[in-house]
Amino acid sequence: MEYSAEMFKPINKDIDSAEAIVRPSVTYWQDAWRRLKKNRMAMVGLWTIVAILVIAIFGPMVSPYSYSDQNLEEQNQYCSSKHWLGTDDLGRDLLTRIMYGARISLTVGFLASLLNLTVGVIYGGISGFYGGKIDNIMMRIVEVLNAIPMLLYVILLMVILEPGLQNILIALGLVYWLGMARIVRGQVLSLKEQDYVLAARSIGASNWQIITKHLIPNAMGPIIVTATLNIPSAIFTEAFLSFIGLGVNAPMASWGVLASDALQSFRSYPWQLFFPAIAISITMFAFNFLGDGLRDALDPKQRK
Amino acid sequence: MRIRKSLLWFACFMTVLLIASTGFAAEKLAKKQILSFNVGTEPSTLDPAKSTGIPEAIIELNCFEGLTRMDENNVPQPAIAESWTISKDGLVYTFKLRKTKWSNGQPVTAHDFEWAWKRALAPETASEYAYQLWYIKNGRPYNEGKLKDPSKVGVRAVNDYTLQVVLENPTPYFLQLCNFPTLMPVYRKVVEADPEGWFQNPKNYIGNGPYKMVSWQHNSKIELVPNPHYWNRKKVGMERLDLYLVDDIQTALSMFETGQLDWFDAPPAAEIERLEKQGLLHKSEYIGTYYYMFNVTKKPLNDVRVRKALTMAIDRQTLIDRVVRGGQLPALAYVPYGLGDATPDKDFRKIGGDYFKEDLAAAKKLLAEAGYPDGKGFPTLTILYNTSENHKKIAEAIQEMWKKNLGIDVRLTNQEWQVYLDSRTQLNYEVARAGWIGDYLDPMTFLDMWVTGGGNNDTGWGSKKYDELIYAAQAELNTAKRAKMLHDAETILMTEMPIMPIYFYVNLTVIKPWIKGAFRSPLGFIDFSTAYVLEH
Amino acid sequence: MGSYVLRRFISVILVIFVVATATFFLMHAIPGGPFKREKALPPAIQRNIEERYKLNDPLWKQYVDYIGNLLRGDLGPSYKYLGRSVNDIIREGFPISAHLGLVSVVFALLVGVPCGIISALKQNQWQDNFIMAFAIIGVSVPSFVMATLLMYVFAVKLQWLPAAMWGTPKHVILPMLALAGFPTAFFARLMRSSTLDVLSQDYIRTARSKGLSWGAVVYKHVIKNAILPVVTYLGPLIAGIITGSFVVENIFAIPGLGRYYVTSIYNRDYTTIMGVTIFYSALLVMLNFLVDIAYCWIDPRIKLTDAKE
Repeated sequence: MEYSAEMFKPINKDIDSAEAIVRPSVTYWQDAWRRLKKNRMAMVGLWTIVAILVIAIFGPMVSPYSYSDQNLEEQNQYCSSKHWLGTDDLGRDLLTRIMYGARISLTVGFLASLLNLTVGVIYGGISGFYGGKIDNIMMRIVEVLNAIPMLLYVILLMVILEPGLQNILIALGLVYWLGMARIVRGQVLSLKEQDYVLAARSIGASNWQIITKHLIPNAMGPIIVTATLNIPSAIFTEAFLSFIGLGVNAPMASWGVLASDALQSFRSYPWQLFFPAIAISITMFAFNFLGDGLRDALDPKQRK
Repeated sequence: MRIRKSLLWFACFMTVLLIASTGFAAEKLAKKQILSFNVGTEPSTLDPAKSTGIPEAIIELNCFEGLTRMDENNVPQPAIAESWTISKDGLVYTFKLRKTKWSNGQPVTAHDFEWAWKRALAPETASEYAYQLWYIKNGRPYNEGKLKDPSKVGVRAVNDYTLQVVLENPTPYFLQLCNFPTLMPVYRKVVEADPEGWFQNPKNYIGNGPYKMVSWQHNSKIELVPNPHYWNRKKVGMERLDLYLVDDIQTALSMFETGQLDWFDAPPAAEIERLEKQGLLHKSEYIGTYYYMFNVTKKPLNDVRVRKALTMAIDRQTLIDRVVRGGQLPALAYVPYGLGDATPDKDFRKIGGDYFKEDLAAAKKLLAEAGYPDGKGFPTLTILYNTSENHKKIAEAIQEMWKKNLGIDVRLTNQEWQVYLDSRTQLNYEVARAGWIGDYLDPMTFLDMWVTGGGNNDTGWGSKKYDELIYAAQAELNTAKRAKMLHDAETILMTEMPIMPIYFYVNLTVIKPWIKGAFRSPLGFIDFSTAYVLEH
Repeated sequence: MGSYVLRRFISVILVIFVVATATFFLMHAIPGGPFKREKALPPAIQRNIEERYKLNDPLWKQYVDYIGNLLRGDLGPSYKYLGRSVNDIIREGFPISAHLGLVSVVFALLVGVPCGIISALKQNQWQDNFIMAFAIIGVSVPSFVMATLLMYVFAVKLQWLPAAMWGTPKHVILPMLALAGFPTAFFARLMRSSTLDVLSQDYIRTARSKGLSWGAVVYKHVIKNAILPVVTYLGPLIAGIITGSFVVENIFAIPGLGRYYVTSIYNRDYTTIMGVTIFYSALLVMLNFLVDIAYCWIDPRIKLTDAKE
């Protein structure tokens, strides 16, 4: 086959437009959000959490019962049209109690994640990044906080402060980020030796930029997993603290308290344990789906 | 005759679970006479002089024997003491001892008792229940360290088999106390060799009771076998007792259902109905009262009308049937059933009767008189209870009753056990949950605690008249006069109402149907010496 | 490295000392005491007891005495379990807790890590969904619920296994499952996520393009590079789990050390609180040290010392 000149056509050589960036510039976070929206499971998780929040906020207003209304004639009933999820051993409507309980348990869950994602991540990031003496000191502090028995300062808090949710938050705040700090520190120790960190440093990025823009995003996998999986243990720690006397006063009860109370009678009235446990599990599934989606969305390697 | 009379004094209440005598011929004994019982928790100590808890006492009372032993009717019967005489003024007891042996074959003598009691009283022994020996002359000053000379303490071995005891006051329940762990004899040689830990090694745990310890696995199990040297050995038919140390009641229930346990106490409230239907639940008398204390130093509880209104405005029977469960008795007075009056065949409670009625209209009227018509203007009241599922349920139910019936707002607070005890003694509460289990079978064990400034009177309440009555009753020899004083004292207590009685305890226990012959005293102790196992 | 180990050792001693001091003053700051009872003791008897157990000494003196004894390895006598020393309590309880704990950790590793890898390799397929659903349920059900349910199903209903107590291999199974539930699920989730990270790395693609089979790639490259977060978590986990879990030991009536962590505080058994806390913190710092050493071994690029050394 022969080629002739007319077979070719000059392209429109427009230098200006060639220099322009076709794809609109998106920041890291915009991009992450865009990718999160595309993830179907993550959106299911997100909407489930929103739905649970709506139920927690508005459900009790709609319910004909309050969390404390007793009717001893109707104790330990199974599901009925009157009490959708049955009643507890003082004849209180279980659905209403679960909706009220959601407020406490979700607050605790959110707080625990928030603590993990801020204090834990930053503390661990700094410790791992600087290494050496700073790492040694920071990790020894973590060990000290880890080793002092929680129950001791919980009792002390109980003596000093009025009972209430804020005590739970203080007690959790003291310890709930320690595991995360260690995980992030371990990841950062390994990641900071990667080539892209060297590259970033060579173009003059500050330490802070390296930690927040490179190291933490690349450690997102373990971070998200740790943050989501710690939610139920925070919820049950709250139940334990309430049991000891630090938390919200009876008759108000969180999911954890509902579940632990029902454990005493689960042979005879299993649904009293089952429903709060289901509520916790659904929340956990939602957080995990969202977490997985977030991990994918925040992963710089998957950025296209 | 004096002996019979003093015995009769206590003859009153049946707490026998199952009596060995009936239908014995028709029953066939199991080949293996082994019984497993859940004591409930790891004993803090098994030194009878130092222990305080019921689990410890159950073990000690089966490994040791005092001067007397309680029979199934709660009457002290001769045990190591064969007989005794009591002086006319009720102060001097002379015990004649049987010739018996320790589990290592050595003789038990009156010197062993004298030594053991003085040891329990010695300040350096630091026995918590030493006050069970304060009834003895000079027992208290010796224990307090004010008297240094132990020979002045009112217990003396006249010879090897005669023990003379001089009391401070005539104490009608002294023969009962002789069955209390603190008054058990101990084997001097092993105790002196290791005063702190002699009981830890089963080989050193030398006793004189129906059983002896063969092994102690901490936090797990204690095994007892019959003591071959026990003076009444032929009475003991068991081959072995397995005493489990399981804390969790759900676990104990599971072990019962899988056959690992034959007997455990205090089943979970939710299971009581089912266990009762299956015929496994047994109820027996338990000398104790569950009540709420009012802090009378705080407004509005300083007004007796408010205290009375609160007391009258709850429905005890509903609370028992629906919340507590287990057939407790509603308490409309403070001293429980099962304690003797002027004569032991009369019940102190039945003679005293009820002190108030549950009456909503009257309660509302009292509250209005106090200045809070329909609860208007009544400040929010806080109920304090110690961390426990059952206390929480009861508090929630009472909160709702007060709210509905009187229109007052109530908050609940729970505290960890020791914090709660601290709040109580500091009077740092408004209404607090409490309970009292008797130390011995006499109304005094319930009433003497409410004297002004008493160590257990955590209400801030006090009455001179009340104190006088109690102190007079402690020194009174005439039983009729004494009973009258105690009734008068209870009347004062129930008129001023620093406490709100809720219910009288019962002991709930779950036993396999083939376990027979053991019985439990209303103080919670169990005598396994007559137990036997039927074929099953 | 030698000076690093030395410095680390000094800081370990320091950590234990700080923990001991903080615990000592915390436990004396809270209300109550080892001999406070519901039935209040007469003051004279209270005095006898305080005298006997030296509880009426000034706090600083009690502290100095305690530290002095501690340096000699004497953790003192228990105030709750009379006649037993805290050394005895640890000596008797720890082997049992360690036995149960190690079995549980090994179970969690053997089940959790492979599940996580399979999950990642089969991302979004049914195997992944199945394993992850299990893992989420595993972390949502806390050990006390798990323990109670396991006992009810396998001991009471099916009668396959003993309900409680300790002694034979059969007694180990249920508490092990209750104890291993959370770490297994946690390992599976962590492993899945870090395996996914590793799988997207260039060297995996290189290895694959060299013609290495998936099995070999996973064995040679993936595990070693993905296990780091699991190893990090192992330090505190092992320390926590081999010193015993209060909940599981209490429910299964296992005579381990775990019960003392909580009960000693409720009982205000001061010496036992101190003893078990110090024992735990020593284990914790030692295991964290081992984990740091393991880092360097797993990932030779990691340096624990300052750059200038």
